[in-house]
Amino acid sequence: MSIRNLCNIALASLVLALSGCKGGVLDPKGQIGVDEKYLIIVATVLMLIVVIPVIAMTIYFAWKYRDGRDQEIYAPKWAHSNKIEAVVWTIPIIIVAILGVITWQSTQQLDPYKPLEGKGKHLTVEVVSLNWKWLFIYPEQGIATVNELVFPAKVPVQYKITSESTMNSFFIPQLGSQIYSMAGMETKLHLIADEPGTFKGFSANYSGAGFTGMKFDAIATATEADFDAWVNKVKNTGSALTKQSYVELAKPSEYDPVKYYASVDKDMFHSIVMKYMQAHGSHGAMQHAMPEHSAHKKHSEDEE
Amino acid sequence: MSLLGKLTLDAIPFHEPIIMVTMTVVAVLGLLVAGLVTKYKKWGVIWHDWITSIDHKRLGVMYIILALIMLFRGFADAIMMRLQLAMATGGASGYLPPEHYDQIFTAHGVIMIIFMAMPFMIGLMNIILPLQIGARDVAFPFLNNLSFWLTAGGAILINISLFFGEFAKTGWVAYPPLSELSFSPGVGVDYYIWALQISGLGTLLTSVNFLATVFKMRAPGMTLMKMPIFTWACTWANILIAASFPILTAVLAMLTLDRYLDFHFFTNELGGNAMMYINLFWAWGHPEVYILILPAFGIFSEVISTFAGKRLFGYKSMVYASGAISILGFIVWLHHFFTMGSSANVNAFFGVMTMVIAVPTGVKLFNWLFTMYRGRLRITVPVLWTLGFMVTFTIGGMTGVLLAIPGADYVLHNSLFLIAHFHNTIIGGAVFGYLAGFAFWFPKAMGFKLDESWGRRSFWCWLIGFFVAFMPLYVLGFLGMTRRLNHTNNPDWNIWLYIAAGGAVIIMFGILFQVVQLVVSFKNREQLDDTTGDPWNGHTLEWASASPPQYYNFAKIPHVDDIDAWTDMKEKGLAYKQEASYSPIHMPKNTSAGVLMSAALTTFCFAMIWHIWWLAAFGLLGAIVVFIKRCYTSDVDYYVQPDEIVELETAHNTAATKEVNA
Amino acid sequence: MSTISAGLDTLNGAHGHVDAHDHEHHDTGGNTVFGFWLYLMTDCLLFASFFATYAVLFMNTAGGVSGKDIFELDFVAVETAALLLSSITFGFAMISAHGQKKAATLTWLLVTFAFGAVFIGMEVYEFHHLIAHGNGPQQSAFLTSFFSLVGLHGLHVTAGLIWMTVLMIEVVRRGLNPQTVTRLSCLSLFWHFLDVVWICVFTVVYLMGAM
Repeated sequence: MSIRNLCNIALASLVLALSGCKGGVLDPKGQIGVDEKYLIIVATVLMLIVVIPVIAMTIYFAWKYRDGRDQEIYAPKWAHSNKIEAVVWTIPIIIVAILGVITWQSTQQLDPYKPLEGKGKHLTVEVVSLNWKWLFIYPEQGIATVNELVFPAKVPVQYKITSESTMNSFFIPQLGSQIYSMAGMETKLHLIADEPGTFKGFSANYSGAGFTGMKFDAIATATEADFDAWVNKVKNTGSALTKQSYVELAKPSEYDPVKYYASVDKDMFHSIVMKYMQAHGSHGAMQHAMPEHSAHKKHSEDEE
Repeated sequence: MSLLGKLTLDAIPFHEPIIMVTMTVVAVLGLLVAGLVTKYKKWGVIWHDWITSIDHKRLGVMYIILALIMLFRGFADAIMMRLQLAMATGGASGYLPPEHYDQIFTAHGVIMIIFMAMPFMIGLMNIILPLQIGARDVAFPFLNNLSFWLTAGGAILINISLFFGEFAKTGWVAYPPLSELSFSPGVGVDYYIWALQISGLGTLLTSVNFLATVFKMRAPGMTLMKMPIFTWACTWANILIAASFPILTAVLAMLTLDRYLDFHFFTNELGGNAMMYINLFWAWGHPEVYILILPAFGIFSEVISTFAGKRLFGYKSMVYASGAISILGFIVWLHHFFTMGSSANVNAFFGVMTMVIAVPTGVKLFNWLFTMYRGRLRITVPVLWTLGFMVTFTIGGMTGVLLAIPGADYVLHNSLFLIAHFHNTIIGGAVFGYLAGFAFWFPKAMGFKLDESWGRRSFWCWLIGFFVAFMPLYVLGFLGMTRRLNHTNNPDWNIWLYIAAGGAVIIMFGILFQVVQLVVSFKNREQLDDTTGDPWNGHTLEWASASPPQYYNFAKIPHVDDIDAWTDMKEKGLAYKQEASYSPIHMPKNTSAGVLMSAALTTFCFAMIWHIWWLAAFGLLGAIVVFIKRCYTSDVDYYVQPDEIVELETAHNTAATKEVNA
Repeated sequence: MSTISAGLDTLNGAHGHVDAHDHEHHDTGGNTVFGFWLYLMTDCLLFASFFATYAVLFMNTAGGVSGKDIFELDFVAVETAALLLSSITFGFAMISAHGQKKAATLTWLLVTFAFGAVFIGMEVYEFHHLIAHGNGPQQSAFLTSFFSLVGLHGLHVTAGLIWMTVLMIEVVRRGLNPQTVTRLSCLSLFWHFLDVVWICVFTVVYLMGAM
């Protein structure tokens, strides 16, 4: 994004104006979030090129041509001008064309499914939305947590997301993009934290009575060693997440405290995704649903 | 299974003081109105002249009354939500528990879109469109009455849900699997389904009716490219209704089958696919917002050109721009769920298509600007609404384009930024438009003008209230606050939530002043009387009729030679001309079939909601029987005799000529 | 076909009104047929939604039967023939109606009704057969979408049969006046429309499903 440099000055003032925005989308702590913030600012500045003149002209014209100002020219039958028509069609077209290019490029670049390039090996976390809490499974570490997500800063994380029941949206505003969690399907998201800290995470899609309480802390540890220490802590303190204890966990509950599981059944996430497909005749059945939109979203593990 | 299905005394929420108080107030008000009507012996008038009327003007008035009542209900929901969020900060739980709060935001959305904005738009279209094209009525007057009562039936259902049972706790989009029986076992979603289904049917019939009217019943000489711009805007909206509402009918029917007969369209189990609901819902839902906004655009065009005393700048551009918006409106629905995980190319395509809509919309704004240019703009209340719209809507459009960029939407989706955006366009666009149209055409419908000062006060309260209420929501969106939260615990958000609640109070005064305006205007109706039928020096044919128009609209259908047909007639000296003789006019008769059919269908829906199968059967059968009976009735029309026409026309023309010459 | 041209004529709009203008009486028959065309367009979209849904869900058999297992093409072919024939006989009914031949019109309408009833009877039998063998719409998303799409069409045909009954009584009582002929024209449009939809159902659901 080369336009970024051009707009630095303009956005400096905007950023100042919104400096109260602590902890939100405009206070990003990760690469994806930073890019999205710049995208928002660049697009806004571009659009203001049209918006400000339109608002100014509205007020100015209404004032200048108000009734009773007989010194102004009055042209009741004047209703067409090729020149003006050309200009009023061209300006929006140009702005939208520029925005269109930015949109196309940024959408490719910020594709939530795309692993973060040049950031090294990704940590994998499997995310399950339950009524009304979040389950995070760490397949590589063999542990799981409820309502607490921990990962090292500066390490990209790949999230595989599904839902036990209703639809939710997995969102940590300061890190960037959100993605829906849907039962019987797996969606993906790649995020990174550029600095350590505790960020707010929650569900951004209403899912019923306990939705408001579907919050979690996303903690980026300063070093990978800190993260390992936390993993060890979970391994030493938690109980085991088995198919049986999962059934218990899946029952609706609100404001669940943080919970650690020292071990997880090996294919827990896979079995949650496949839960609704077990009765299916052909395994690939769901892939044919909405081929255009979701073909690359709801595959099972065996394709990975 | 009991005789009343699932309906028991437990369905009445005795334990909810807010609802019980509301119920009492509604009951007392209802009795009061009924008492007054009885006292002044007006039941006959109400039945014969209004309820059974098939006159498009009276139906239009009833639509707008319905819309205003629903505006109060929807606004009550809004201010309760703002109050809850202003109270429930810092860990406090507020005064609304989730099961009540969740119903309120669902009801607010459904009511404001389906039962406030739609009837308001259709009401204005009913009153004005046939007049603008020089027609005596719509193509199917009985159907028009039926449409209204179906819409009213839906509104009645949604309001009954407040007192019997519950409303949906799913958000106004009612996404499955949340709206499936397994997660929403109550009757709330069923109320939602049937209220939308029955009113949607009414809307669909309206669109067919008005399309036939526009294509078949225009005055001689009025080619398509000489139609008034409001008529064009409504025509595009009707095309959109005809093309999108069947999808809503289908998707609601599927959800019904899932809930009632254990089908598996959208369930998690047995191969259902909830994403399909979301796609189909927005394939209707996105065109729906253009259905709301296009007629408002038409109103602004009429208002600006009338009060600037000028022709509309770029009429053709306006028509084509509306057409472009209509067509593009159908291929952008996916932008409502960029975060569902579609591929980058798909998201980018829908994002760019969405932005393209900004082009014709921008052109419209410029055209309104150049209509003012070198005009003599009278800053009346309708013009204030228009100017307020142009400023407000531009901002709403900008945030809309921002949300159309998938990369931005990934962080703003479902946040209060989104809420601010669509209120910015729906209030600042559609509602301001309808209120402009309300003030503009009120004298046409009622025969007297609205009081200007109270109109101004109302406008400023609405405008300022809007900015105070919704600009903080943009900020809250950036701060990461998501929608539909019941309470919050973030000190950075509090101040904005307080300001937003204050804004809602200011808007409340805007609504209040509108009521005052109506009362004051009614009191001073003698001074505000419109004798000419043309109080604003209008351009189009609706101003060629009396105010209120004779029930047959035009004694002789005018010949149209210009887009601004009435201005043209005035310039040629053809205005207020008494004809040497009048031919008899063929008119349809009023009928009770519409209201009876709707009553039967509403009963059917209510019975379906509560699983009272015998009553459902009776309701459905009743509707069919009334309809067949109506088909067999041959006594459906009559002729207005020339003597009566001469009398009415002479009275109007004499009064108007006197007023014009004075 | 005259009804089609009547419908298209209306697109020319204003001029039709000029003719009728002197009589101060609008051409309601033309309006009705045009309005009915518009309604059919909306109905078309209703079917389109159900077709789209079927296309999305037909693979989701949830381990149960697929189209191959349950469709009996011979049976459906007979069903289809009945409906196609009813369309032809309705055409004869309309020719008779335009020729003001009351008895012939009624006879052809009765024949049409009989073919329609055969179609519905066979569909009900098919549904009943499937449900009795444990393949009801509750068993999988495929069966859900199959029953809904075919059932929606069946519901339309049933409504058409009721309408036909009402119109036959009307013709008996009032004869072939302009109003009844207009109504017959609308029903004929409806009936042919359902025929076209059925051809799509037959192709998309049965033929492609059985292959």
